[in-house]
Amino acid sequence: MEYFLQQLINGLTLGAIYGLIAIGYTMVYGIIGMINFAHGDVFMIGAFISIIAFALLSILGVASVPLAILLVLATTMVFTAAYGWAVERIAYRPLRGSFRLAPLISAIGMSIFLQNYVQLLQGARIKPLPPMITGGILLTEGDGFAVQINYTQMIIIAVTVTLMVAFTLLITRTALGRAQRACEQDRGMAALLGINVDRTISLTFVMGAALAAVAGLMFALYYGVVDFFIGFLAGLKAFTAAVLGGIGSLPGAMLGGILIGLIEAFWSGYFSVEYKDVAAFSVLVLVLIFRPTGLLGRPEVEKV
Amino acid sequence: MTVTAQRPAAGLPLGSILVDGLLAALVAFALAAPMIGFETVDGSGGSLGLAYRFDAVAVAVATVFVGRLALSAIRFGHALPVLVVAAAATAVALAGAVAGTMLAGLLAVPAAVLAIRAGIVVWRGVTAERDVRFVVPDTVRGARRAVPAAFLALAVLFPFLPFVDQRLLDIAILVLTYIMLGWGLNIVVGLAGLLDLGYVAFYAVGAYTFGILANWAGFTFWMALPLGGLMAALFGILLGFPVLRLRGDYLAIVTLGFGEIIRIVLLNWYEVTGGPNGLSNIPRPTFFGLPFRASPQDDESTFADFFGLEFSPVHRVIFLYFVILVLALIVNAFTRRIRRLPVGRAWEALREDEIACRSLGINPTNTKLSAFAIGAGFAGFAGCFFAARQGFISPESFTFIESAVILAIVVLGGMGSQLGIVLAAIILIGMPEFLRELNQFRMLAFGAGMVGIMVWRPLGLLARREPTIRLHPAGAGRPGGAA
Amino acid sequence: MSRLLTVEHLTMRFGGLTAVDDLSFVADARSITAIIGPNGAGKTTVFNCLTGFYKPTVGRLTLSHGGDDYLLEQLEGHRIAKDARVARTFQNIRLFQRMTVLENLMVAQHNRLMRASGFTLLGLVGHPSYARAEREGVDLAQHWLERTRLTDVADWEAGNLPYGAQRRLEIARAMCTRPVLLCLDEPAAGLNPRESSELNQLLRSIRDEEGCGVLLIEHDMTVVMEISDHVVVLDYGRRIAEGAPAAVRNDPAVIRAYLGEEEDEELPPEIASDLAEQG
Repeated sequence: MEYFLQQLINGLTLGAIYGLIAIGYTMVYGIIGMINFAHGDVFMIGAFISIIAFALLSILGVASVPLAILLVLATTMVFTAAYGWAVERIAYRPLRGSFRLAPLISAIGMSIFLQNYVQLLQGARIKPLPPMITGGILLTEGDGFAVQINYTQMIIIAVTVTLMVAFTLLITRTALGRAQRACEQDRGMAALLGINVDRTISLTFVMGAALAAVAGLMFALYYGVVDFFIGFLAGLKAFTAAVLGGIGSLPGAMLGGILIGLIEAFWSGYFSVEYKDVAAFSVLVLVLIFRPTGLLGRPEVEKV
Repeated sequence: MTVTAQRPAAGLPLGSILVDGLLAALVAFALAAPMIGFETVDGSGGSLGLAYRFDAVAVAVATVFVGRLALSAIRFGHALPVLVVAAAATAVALAGAVAGTMLAGLLAVPAAVLAIRAGIVVWRGVTAERDVRFVVPDTVRGARRAVPAAFLALAVLFPFLPFVDQRLLDIAILVLTYIMLGWGLNIVVGLAGLLDLGYVAFYAVGAYTFGILANWAGFTFWMALPLGGLMAALFGILLGFPVLRLRGDYLAIVTLGFGEIIRIVLLNWYEVTGGPNGLSNIPRPTFFGLPFRASPQDDESTFADFFGLEFSPVHRVIFLYFVILVLALIVNAFTRRIRRLPVGRAWEALREDEIACRSLGINPTNTKLSAFAIGAGFAGFAGCFFAARQGFISPESFTFIESAVILAIVVLGGMGSQLGIVLAAIILIGMPEFLRELNQFRMLAFGAGMVGIMVWRPLGLLARREPTIRLHPAGAGRPGGAA
Repeated sequence: MSRLLTVEHLTMRFGGLTAVDDLSFVADARSITAIIGPNGAGKTTVFNCLTGFYKPTVGRLTLSHGGDDYLLEQLEGHRIAKDARVARTFQNIRLFQRMTVLENLMVAQHNRLMRASGFTLLGLVGHPSYARAEREGVDLAQHWLERTRLTDVADWEAGNLPYGAQRRLEIARAMCTRPVLLCLDEPAAGLNPRESSELNQLLRSIRDEEGCGVLLIEHDMTVVMEISDHVVVLDYGRRIAEGAPAAVRNDPAVIRAYLGEEEDEELPPEIASDLAEQG
């Protein structure tokens, strides 16, 4: 029971990170119908920018941990968002209206480029981030097994929940959100009604990248290590989460993220760590076969 | 598009160009400042230290600013001066690179791109980029028959050309392997329109089939070759059956997932696959039973003995070269033939419109499955060859990046174009091999090249489809392919 | 005349919406049956049920030919064309755009050619039986190319044809499957008067010379009135009238459906019937 509880906490934390990345996939898919394959690498860049910012702050002598985290959060989101914008502008916008596989291929190229760009600039070795926040709350103890939720996990879950609420308000209540949903429905009509479609799409990428940046920061805090290859697997799992929740649906992305996190945590906890990725991918395959619209996605009627 | 901005007589709108350049520079700063400006290094006591490269940030921002201004200048009809300056800058940067300044070498790339872009505009006399993009070169169109024949002749004679050494042969074998994989994947992606991002899984199945059979049952290359292909095709059917009804990009991700699953299984199933250490001692192919060895073992005779030649390690490389050449040509001949059969036409029809296919009585699942399985089978053959050539296999050779490379070859070649795949494989695989010295930039350039070629030519290098059957002789009346 | 298609109690619901409601009608062999009705009456849904794109909620769709009965609602999508020999065209033309006109017609003969090519194996080794079958296939294609006046453009990419020619090609492609029932979804849409009278001739010859039954959805009332033998009128998914064209055009229920409730009483019958004729 204690073991189960611990895995549950670990899974939720992991799921929050996947969910944040998954939102980027789901929004981009919703608006331009493409899989932004480079999104996982934007997340990886976010993780790198956050450890650089932490290192810079510690050199500058910012001692207060909450202040440092807030500063890092803000800088990481801003600079990673620039990457999100640039990726769309360089690799996808020129291909709008081209045949359907072209942007996906371009995205794969972009993903390869970003990985090697970071490897070249920051080195191939694993970068450690010294633990910033130590300690946690002991929940229960039994059979010699202590269930602990540490402060990092609490921060991750709290930040994710806050961001999700803010983000949902942004999408449902603001003009930008309205423009975005309009572009999702019918880009041509939205343009005729005076919505700047290019800018709306750019902003979608910027928002997705900013959330991925937060996920990157959380990842760095949680695992304490970052390397140039973390984007591939995390991206793939986050995409799985987006599909599981129903691609195009924001709550779906979060739900999917949490489910994937839980599956991974319980699989490694009860079966085998080596095959935890297999479990996640198998879920993807099964969902696509039996419920391609995902858990919260709208059913698609085949138009003849 | 042609009408826009045709060399306006008036001067440049300097203000807006400058603002545009400054905005681009600002974005460049945001991109460069964190990632280029700081390098994470090991600090004292396990902490993270930083090294600074602010000079590089300044150079990057300045390059983007100047480049953006130059692009604006091209757009407003001043291509010629840009061409002159950019060409000069390229030359200076290249000279600097030769002199050993790494940064100068990097600057040569944007300068050269600018020069080419300005050059195209000057040459064609148009300012709208899109007009330049979709044109199939007339020279290529005319040489439809001659070019493949020339390639074939060159391929057959290649090992005997005077300047060809073992290193060149090795590169050629590598390129041919990718051409074969490209032609195999082309059946799945180019003809049937199924985006497969896990193609390397079938390559791995072929390689491991041979590796395992050789290690546990003493199979030779020629015994294992057909089994490798069959096994991969079987995997293709097993994996394809449940997922082939999925929409294009979902299928892509599922196949990617399958590719990873197979790699993870290979990595962890120690007893059979050797785990991360892989399988070694895979026998090299023999010349119909004659091994390539310096001295015969037991009472066998070697290839050199049999033909009365002096032993040379190059013999085996030449033989491997011809094995892969023949394998690749088989795939090519097969594809050309099957395109003209009902199943091949059904593949292409499925790519165009699945619903219409169903209304004509074509079973979409079986038809897709056949493409998937045949493509997988060819990857299996190639995998067998790979194992035999290396003598050693491990999961590292079968990562996602390999699938991406093969897909890039197919797409850049111009989906469905056999010759385009050859060109793309030479460019993507052959060229970087010569640039081994610049190893660290290799994959960087590969990724950038993939994006660049997609943006420049989204339909691939050679994107023209040859009809599989004609009623009137070619060239009669108005051409059908003039899209 | 013998029954070709028998539709009994066909009902199709999408969630709460009932697109087709307890529809029954019969289409005879060697005759042209038109299904008409205002927009949204459920005509295309009937077609999609017949050709296997939708599974009907309730109902039985029986196709009889050669002494056999085929229950269309139970057949897999592609088998409806293959075994029951029902071919169709689409409201939004669905050609294989990047393939040539002739290739489009060869794809339509897939199943026959597939058998002749020994499911690819004989074809791969170049067996003469396949070459013969392919020649016959080209002959059939040529026959339809001539009937639809597309011979000159046989080697064009289908996507490059003008609109009217694409419509004709879609019919030619459907006929190359050698159907017993041809379902046409608004074949005259977007055609000019000359083209639509050509279409009339083509459809009549398909009925009289090929002996193929035609089921037609059409808004162009001149086409419907001129060529159909039997008309079924739908409104809100229900059959509101059925019969010979002349009888249907004067049916008060039909006029009401097209013109609305109130106008019905104000208009003299002859004007109303003329209006109905113009759709």
